[in-house]
Amino acid sequence: MSPDATAPSSAPVGLAAEGVSLGYDGRRVIDGLDLVIPTGRITAVVGPNACGKSTLLRGFARLHPLEGGRVVLDGVDVAEMPRRDLARRVGVLPQSSIAPDGVRVAELVGRGRYPHQGWFGRHSSDDDRFVAEALAATGIADLADRRLEELSGGQRQRVWIAMVLAQQTDIVLLDEPTTYLDVTHQLELLDLLTELNRERGTTVVMVLHELNLAARYADHLVVMSAGAVIAEGRPSDVLTPETVRSAFALEASVIPDPVAGSPMIVPVGRFHTAALDAADGS
Amino acid sequence: MAMTTDATTRPAADLADVRAGVAAVRRRNRMRLALTLGIGTVVAAVFAVIALSSGAASLTPDRVLATLFGQGDRTENLVVFTLRLPRILAALFVGAAFGLAGAVFQAVLRNPLASPDILGVSAGASLGAVWAILGLGLAGAVVSGFALAGGIAVAAVIWATAWRQGLHGIRFVLVGVGLAYVCGSLIAWLLARAEVRQAQAALLWTVGSVADVRGDALALLMIGVTIGCLLVALVSRGLPVLALGDDHATSLGVRSSLRRGILLLVAVLLIAVATSVAGPIAFVALIAPAIARRLVDDGSAALTASVMTGAVLTLGSDVIGQFALPQFTAPVGIVTGLIGAPYLLWLLARTERRGSGRKAVA
Repeated sequence: MSPDATAPSSAPVGLAAEGVSLGYDGRRVIDGLDLVIPTGRITAVVGPNACGKSTLLRGFARLHPLEGGRVVLDGVDVAEMPRRDLARRVGVLPQSSIAPDGVRVAELVGRGRYPHQGWFGRHSSDDDRFVAEALAATGIADLADRRLEELSGGQRQRVWIAMVLAQQTDIVLLDEPTTYLDVTHQLELLDLLTELNRERGTTVVMVLHELNLAARYADHLVVMSAGAVIAEGRPSDVLTPETVRSAFALEASVIPDPVAGSPMIVPVGRFHTAALDAADGS
Repeated sequence: MAMTTDATTRPAADLADVRAGVAAVRRRNRMRLALTLGIGTVVAAVFAVIALSSGAASLTPDRVLATLFGQGDRTENLVVFTLRLPRILAALFVGAAFGLAGAVFQAVLRNPLASPDILGVSAGASLGAVWAILGLGLAGAVVSGFALAGGIAVAAVIWATAWRQGLHGIRFVLVGVGLAYVCGSLIAWLLARAEVRQAQAALLWTVGSVADVRGDALALLMIGVTIGCLLVALVSRGLPVLALGDDHATSLGVRSSLRRGILLLVAVLLIAVATSVAGPIAFVALIAPAIARRLVDDGSAALTASVMTGAVLTLGSDVIGQFALPQFTAPVGIVTGLIGAPYLLWLLARTERRGSGRKAVA
């Protein structure tokens, strides 16, 4: 029932991987993977540790060299696109970022404007406008003149996201954007991405660890295991006990999320299964 | 295809405020840079007037200024233009080259300790010169050529050794530190087996001095440094993005390896040209950018300000070395060393205390 991955769409719109292979030092992590990213939707990629989900995202973002296949954007191989053109279309939030000492929030977010600036890169008034919009959208407008090192982890993550927003791309790829954030900030961030998707039609692709949040926020869920896509589609179709078992080697109940109605995983461990035992007994 | 939708949920008045705040940060950064460059120019001018008026034939500052504007007599013209001005220009241009090259190294390798002194580029240049003087018995302009070759050779070896699917700052630094020791040992060996008088000439060269830079050498220095600065200006645009890490740089459309390579190459050439005429003037390339970054204080690599602080620091050190103590003169490299070593210790202590907390990794 979980629709099998693959079957690349013939419609040449949006981002897609075609027979992509990726690896490290000769060790293949992903071998000949096909994946079409639905345009204008939120896609979450989930899977166990070391399943290759971050590697795949890095391949999409051109941060990791492909060993085979190609990534296409609107039917064009991204390896053949000028880098700056690609940077105007696809924004990336990598897992780790370096903040230069003493840099202020507005300045840092302004660096997201780089691909839109000419050779002698002067700031235009458009640049200020997009930076201001990005600061407002991420709720850090009042931090514009603060130094990054003065901010909390959650605030910093929003600064980096503001930088990606200032890049004004119609596709945004995020590699585990909620790591290091507490649950409040996780929700805030995912709400922000949803807002971005609904108001601007931005295509969002994110690698997430938290299955239930992924199921709640994604329009399209991609489940990976051992370098392959084992299921993809609407979360309610994809997230079944069988999929969870085969991807994570985990027994789980799937119930409707009482808030969102999306599927919610309730994992079953070796202990604390009293309710389950009682149900079996009756 | 970039989208231009407004953030429609926020009231327009608010957004105008935010925009004003963004512009204010930019204005503040511009003001700080202008202020830094302005003060630097004034300080450099004061040092220059001191240097032009002091010495065996002392002139009053107003005579110095009059001479500079074409009102001097023959003696004054000789003293100012022929004897003293070349040394000042040499100090300014050598300092500018070291300052800029250091700033580029530190920004590209993302390491505040990465400077050509520490990485052995200067040591390579010294080795080239000392070998030319002692090993081959050469003198004069040829020595500069050997210094140039030595600096570039060390940079090439570091490059070849440190490169592994991209440029990794820390490996580059470690290889460079190692090579600096190798060059130092070879210099010591050459000095130890040389005749005393020759050894003294070579030793003087390794200290670094702008006392005898004039004529063709000065012209070459000024042209070389000017071209170097222009090249850096041309390729440094991606630097603020490179500073965020290779992932961000790539996703913002910068080919990070290529850009970093070109910047480092130009910096090495700057160092090699400056070292070839003046010797490896200690610590300027390390300190000048650090001071510049602190003055500008905007999270940038402070390239322009480093040109200024390098020039001022070198000229100031040369003036102090010449005139601070009545019976004692020292080449500029000694003075910068005396200033630089404590500064380095302070920098290390401070970095240690702050730990990695300042490197905000989100």
